[in-house]
Amino acid sequence: MARLKIFFGASPGVGKTTSMLEEARAARARGVDVVVCVVETHGRAETQQLLDGLPAIAPRNGELDLDATLARRPALVLIDELAHTNAPGSKHVKRWQDVFELLDAGIDIYTTLNVQHIESLGDVVQQITGVKVTETVPDAVLDRADEIELVDIPPDQLLERLADGKVNAPESMLSRGNLLALRELALRRTAERVDADMLAYRRQQGIGAAWPAGERLLVAVGPSPGSERLIRATKRMAEGLHAEWTAAHVEVLGAAPLNEKDRERVENHLRLAESLGGEIARLADRSVPDALLSYAREHNVTRIVAGKPTHSRWRDLLRGSLLDTLIRLSGTIEIHVIAPLQHGPQRAAPASRDRPNYVAYISALVGIAAVTAFGLAVFRYATVADISMLYLIAIALASLSGRGPALVAASVSIAAFDFCFVPPRFTFAVAEMGYLLTFAVMFASSLVISTLTVRLRRQERDAVVRERNTVALLAFTRDIAAAATREDVAAVTVRHLESVFPVAASVLVPEPRDPTQLVAAAGLMPLAREEQTVARWAFDHGEAAGRGTDTLPTARVLAVPLVAGATTAGVIAVQARHDVRRRGGAALPLLESFARQAGLALARVRSAEEARDAALRARTEELRSSLLSAVSHDLRTPLAVITGAATTLRDDAARLTPVARDELLSSIIDDARRLERVLGNLLQLTRVEAGLVPAREPIPVEEIVGAALTRLEDAIGEREVKLAVPSDLIVSVDPVLFEQVLINLIDNALKHGAPPLELSASRAGDTIDLVVRDHGAGIPDGDSERLFDKFVRASSAPGAGLGLAVVRAIVEAHGGTATIERPRDGGAQFRIALPAAHVTLLEAAS
Amino acid sequence: MSATILVVDDDIHVRRFLRTTLAGHGHTVFEAGTVATALEVIERAHPAVVLLDLGLPDGDGLSVIRAIPAEQRPPIIVLSARGQEGDKVAALDAGAEDYLTKPFGAGELLARIRVVLRRGGAPAPDIIEVGPIKIDQPRHMVTIDANEVHLTPIEFKLLVELARQPGRVLTHRHLLLTVWGPTALEHNQYLRVHMAALRKKLERDPARPQWLLTEAGVGYRFREPTT
Repeated sequence: MARLKIFFGASPGVGKTTSMLEEARAARARGVDVVVCVVETHGRAETQQLLDGLPAIAPRNGELDLDATLARRPALVLIDELAHTNAPGSKHVKRWQDVFELLDAGIDIYTTLNVQHIESLGDVVQQITGVKVTETVPDAVLDRADEIELVDIPPDQLLERLADGKVNAPESMLSRGNLLALRELALRRTAERVDADMLAYRRQQGIGAAWPAGERLLVAVGPSPGSERLIRATKRMAEGLHAEWTAAHVEVLGAAPLNEKDRERVENHLRLAESLGGEIARLADRSVPDALLSYAREHNVTRIVAGKPTHSRWRDLLRGSLLDTLIRLSGTIEIHVIAPLQHGPQRAAPASRDRPNYVAYISALVGIAAVTAFGLAVFRYATVADISMLYLIAIALASLSGRGPALVAASVSIAAFDFCFVPPRFTFAVAEMGYLLTFAVMFASSLVISTLTVRLRRQERDAVVRERNTVALLAFTRDIAAAATREDVAAVTVRHLESVFPVAASVLVPEPRDPTQLVAAAGLMPLAREEQTVARWAFDHGEAAGRGTDTLPTARVLAVPLVAGATTAGVIAVQARHDVRRRGGAALPLLESFARQAGLALARVRSAEEARDAALRARTEELRSSLLSAVSHDLRTPLAVITGAATTLRDDAARLTPVARDELLSSIIDDARRLERVLGNLLQLTRVEAGLVPAREPIPVEEIVGAALTRLEDAIGEREVKLAVPSDLIVSVDPVLFEQVLINLIDNALKHGAPPLELSASRAGDTIDLVVRDHGAGIPDGDSERLFDKFVRASSAPGAGLGLAVVRAIVEAHGGTATIERPRDGGAQFRIALPAAHVTLLEAAS
Repeated sequence: MSATILVVDDDIHVRRFLRTTLAGHGHTVFEAGTVATALEVIERAHPAVVLLDLGLPDGDGLSVIRAIPAEQRPPIIVLSARGQEGDKVAALDAGAEDYLTKPFGAGELLARIRVVLRRGGAPAPDIIEVGPIKIDQPRHMVTIDANEVHLTPIEFKLLVELARQPGRVLTHRHLLLTVWGPTALEHNQYLRVHMAALRKKLERDPARPQWLLTEAGVGYRFREPTT
């Protein structure tokens, strides 16, 4: 089945074509037969450069040459712009139909697509951008894709590229707000699609590639206690970005050195950073921003985290603001400013918005006073109408600060204008009715401008919130993709919810033994009885319930169901942490996005579990069939020998020479022993695989080796055995099982190898190595790992191929490893590595 | 050395093999297939040795051992399969003399019977000589090929306990009880420490012992010198 991979983006210019070409080049380097069918360079040199060296099939009539491609039969074809509509007269109307024909012919396809071209999203995109999208691709095409790689860059960077002329499409949709919305759409669509497929591993890789771990964070720390919070925030951010991070302290040259206490605090902060997994750097410069930025540029830092200043503005005015300088000089490096105090950002924001803006009022009044003074000064040379214009300007400027200042400015302006300039002057009376119209215009313009300003502000704020939500969802999607178990999913969900919202959260799932009870899989929030009822309702009905919803709105918690496939797998319960009056409903859509992702992740985990179970069953089945064949072959053969030899001895005793008689007797004995060995190994293997727990005790290695050699005395006979087993090595093992390990290894060496047999033990750190080595022909290349499988034999020597499987099973049950090595001077070498017992014999004895 | 031997096993083929082999070496053989018959034969015929299979249709072989008071009990050799170390230890601790792991050869069987018969209850002599090792009990002296070896009192006690019954397996429990006393029963490590020390002093290569043999999961055995 041919594979379709779509490089998916939020808008033109994010780098889809580039990603596709880079991946195609990598495939070509691996030896894949890659052919370019359609790739638009839009005259960009970088794209052209990536195309160089890739074989191409020239378009016919400006369209993809389907027949030529089918005839050429490459392994992988690159086709840009999946949504393209073909020129009239082509075989298919749409390019995606060409792609499907190629896929049917067994050719893999890489293609590119923007989110606005997805049919089901057309309306939404039109709402956002006001552009009607005509070239669309049915959603089913996306579902057919084996892999969707989201190619993403931050909107600001995209706008920069747009400004640089690197983006081909002169589309009107490329405003920052639109880009943010489109990006969110693309992200959601990818997440839904990929998670719905439950291709956990693929997604991990796909998204991992889309957001390359090229990020590197730098946090500036000083002696202030706020630095600790900065470090922790940076660590969290770095985790979300899968980025490396560094904590740097800058010693300012020429300034007074830090006192002892501060120095110690700086060191503590650096130690904290190190313990949290960050690197640390100590810099010295005359200026802190210079030091940070030059370090950042040298080390490819992409973001710098700094603390919000706690001192007054006056200090900045006098001494210059570190932060301002940093931001001004940072170039492409992002600067994150973090508040020094611990409180939720969402709670802090409204407070600042709602505070009356005294400065705006004062400047409005000052402005009007200035206009009035100026007007009085120039009145002689100007008309009353000219002066009204000056007032209009003052009102317009004041209106930019919001409605309050606008109304104040308008009222005061009208009063001042009327009093000072409108005849009769220096009274509030108005002689001509025409002036009333002027007043009305002044008032109206203040209202219009301030309304527009307020609306603009709100949009700006919405965009910020939306971006924050997108980023939160993105981080969540990425982390939850890595969750492998139900508990992981629950834990990641709670962690992200609690970091995004100022809430306490719990993930509740049905108790396995009693599905009517919901128990917390993660999160520490205790639920009262009525809150349990809310969670229960949400679980049973598959709908959100509690605070901010239509159901049980008076509850203190909000419960959102986790829908996994066709069933509800659990419930997220959240409760506002600080401000219980806060409406829970405001964040409901984002919370539901979280719940949807978590639900899909749960479904993915469940299907992965089912797949694992199925694989286990298949393996058991396979084992049973190989067991049957082993039993039929490896047990019957010796039985045949025994039966044959014994009947001959009974029936033809008179005609046998003494030599023949001895031979027959020996073969009976040998094959009986062989049978015993096969059965013993089978039994041992079954026991260990059935979960037999080794009865461990500390035992000198010397004693186990001695016991095994004693039992194999007859088999070893006169063959040379070289021993190097120090008497002070102790392992904690099951003596009976471990004797079997050594017997199998020695037996193996006797059967397949040549003397001398070498047996040595040594300790390296916390491991004790036991090595059994022979000097035979050794092991053929590539067989090493397979030899530990059941029923695999190294040579045609008799045996069921169970001995080494038993060795590995027993050793692994002891927490050790068994490996095969090929010494350079020949022979085979088996190494058992066991954790050393942390006692000496005497300690163990006392 | 011919004796009366009782074979207790519910498998008729095993009994046939044992009967043929033992009779061929001049022993008188009785057979029993159940616990009840076995006890009856023991009371009636007073066999010199009992070969006892642990799995019998009407009960555990252990019940045969336990049913007979120690002073009237003939030496019992338990027949068991590999992997049943726990059963072996239980049987030995209940009073069985030795065990044989199935499948076994005729030579091994006869050797074990010989060891059991030879013992015959006689107390160990003051001077025990096994192979090159000579233990002079009254003088607390041990020599190998006439070279004196210095042993601690515990090592000496342990060696005597093993060497006075060469060829017989002694369980960890038995050795701990006789050498250290009842308080040491849980401390297999005592035994391992002193066995390791003894081997170091008596064996040419302690990792390939000639005399002090380990029976994994069961106990230790002093090798019976081949004569």
